[in-house]
Amino acid sequence: MSGHGSGFAALFQKELLRFWRVAFQTVAAPVLTALLYLLIFSHVLEADRRIHGVPYTAFLVPGLVMMAVLQNAFANSSSSLIQAKVTGSIIFVLLPPISHAAFFWAFVAAAALRGLVVGLGVWLVTLPFVQVWPAQPLWALLFALLGGACLGAVGVIAGIWAEKFDQLAAFQNFLVLPLTMLSGVFYSIHSLPPFWQAVSHYNPVFYMIDGFRHGCFGVSDVAPLQSLAVLAASFAALALLTLSLLKRGWKLRT
Amino acid sequence: MRVAVSFAGVVKRFGAFIALDGISLDIGAGEFFGLLGPNGAGKTTLISCLAGLARPDEGRITVLGHDVERDYRTARRLLGIVPQELVFDPFFSVRETLRIQSAYFGLRRNDDWIDEILHHLDLSDKADTNMRRLSGGMKRRVLVAQALVHRPPVIVLDEPTAGVDVELRQGLWRFIRRLNEDGHTIILTTHYLEEAETLCGRIALMKRGRILALDSTANLLARFSGHALVLKLAAGQSLPALLQPYCRAVRGDEVELALERLDALEGVLATLRQAGVGVADLRLQPPDLEDVFMRIVGLPEATP
Ligand SMILES: Nc1ncnc2c1ncn2[C@@H]1O[C@H](COP(=O)(O)OP(=O)(O)OP(=O)(O)O)[C@@H](O)[C@H]1O
Ligand SMILES: [Mg+2]
Repeated sequence: MSGHGSGFAALFQKELLRFWRVAFQTVAAPVLTALLYLLIFSHVLEADRRIHGVPYTAFLVPGLVMMAVLQNAFANSSSSLIQAKVTGSIIFVLLPPISHAAFFWAFVAAAALRGLVVGLGVWLVTLPFVQVWPAQPLWALLFALLGGACLGAVGVIAGIWAEKFDQLAAFQNFLVLPLTMLSGVFYSIHSLPPFWQAVSHYNPVFYMIDGFRHGCFGVSDVAPLQSLAVLAASFAALALLTLSLLKRGWKLRT
Repeated sequence: MRVAVSFAGVVKRFGAFIALDGISLDIGAGEFFGLLGPNGAGKTTLISCLAGLARPDEGRITVLGHDVERDYRTARRLLGIVPQELVFDPFFSVRETLRIQSAYFGLRRNDDWIDEILHHLDLSDKADTNMRRLSGGMKRRVLVAQALVHRPPVIVLDEPTAGVDVELRQGLWRFIRRLNEDGHTIILTTHYLEEAETLCGRIALMKRGRILALDSTANLLARFSGHALVLKLAAGQSLPALLQPYCRAVRGDEVELALERLDALEGVLATLRQAGVGVADLRLQPPDLEDVFMRIVGLPEATP
């Protein structure tokens, strides 16, 4: 897969360095956005409302953390690729003997890691307002990692597909954002009408957030193992698709 | 001859447009090879196919025997490509750029060689400068450096001297020549024909995706150019009819005659004397590549 000298480590490190250099934009800014969501929603909605027996403000925290993980994982791989394509510096990774698998895993791992860093940041800044201590931290971490990896892979596909920044923005605004927003970040799907509950079950992002919430509170809309199965299958499908696109040189090699 | 790069029947289409129309060409190990041709001839496309940036529709390309598609990882390790486009990654300094590029090739401790390249390309004092703060010519030299980090046996330079000043161009060529003397195969495209003439042992002339001429530089010069005799005739006199067929150009009061061989000079002078045409001035011009280029590239299209 990504054995010695495949280029994985080098590309992974470079991707980390890239977002860390501009951490103010890539980490601090999304953390601030999530904090604003928390303050506004918890202020607007009645304070004594409870979901799954959890106060609403606390219920909100895992959703916001996971939304940050997912959106930033997507942003990392997609923006790195589109930027490299638009400036032409993509050739620096196309000329060396980097295998398709190493290319894929490097972008996905860096994306997931950026997602985790931002997610951690969001959790930390919410602590002064509402204390959520994960009931099952390993479940939480597993869902955050898998969710970040899925969106990182989607970001790789989007970054390779898009030819201009506005195409990428469209992908983000019309696909990624609705899927994350409508996945139970701000509510439990049990509060939805039956039809929309059913629809939510076709949204893989719903399982990411629900599983993560299980890691935080030990309660969730669906069983965590079911969520895990859906996520693992989603990631496997995305990985296979992305790897075959990379192997064909789709949109990267003319 | 050990073959460094082999193109066999390479065809590349972009939609209906044929960018490479069946290129077959072997470049020997250790050669300094020139790929010349007018804009749009297909030079960069050919290099892209070699580098794996483009995929040929037909044909096969190997680098030191390794197929660039099936054995792409070995082939790419053997190649150093200096791209024509001036590209850079704005996040990093010159040294970081070179370290990252080394790491892509699996080289972790490469600083000695990086320092040496920086020295030869006169970039040592810019090592810690961010790429965005370099001038165009400096960015171009960083591209050369990036192509060399893994000491590739085959080095391909797509117009490496565009935008580089005269002094640095000399320095760059000294360095590339030394690499060639050390056994590296060099493939070069350039629009500076004097450069190709002095550096390249062998030249392919391309136009519209085909190779129009392929020979050693010396043979090309001898075959297609010959010397030129530039005559300034005495006031009011014109070239005798007998010499008109040899006239290549008229510039003001100067006429340029093509001499296939140097000993044709005597005949020309005799003809002038017999016609009673006086000569105010005369000089001989050695063959040059520009002349060959114009003649071959200017030929009417051969019909297939
Ligand atoms: N990606 C592409 N899509 C469509 N046409 C292309 C593409 N790349 C190159 N071409 C066309 O192929 C032809 C050859 O282009 P190429 O860049 O190889 O020329 P060149 O010999 O390198 O020219 P120059 O000296 O200007 O660099 C041109 O007509 C060009 O328009
Ligand atoms: Mg070109």
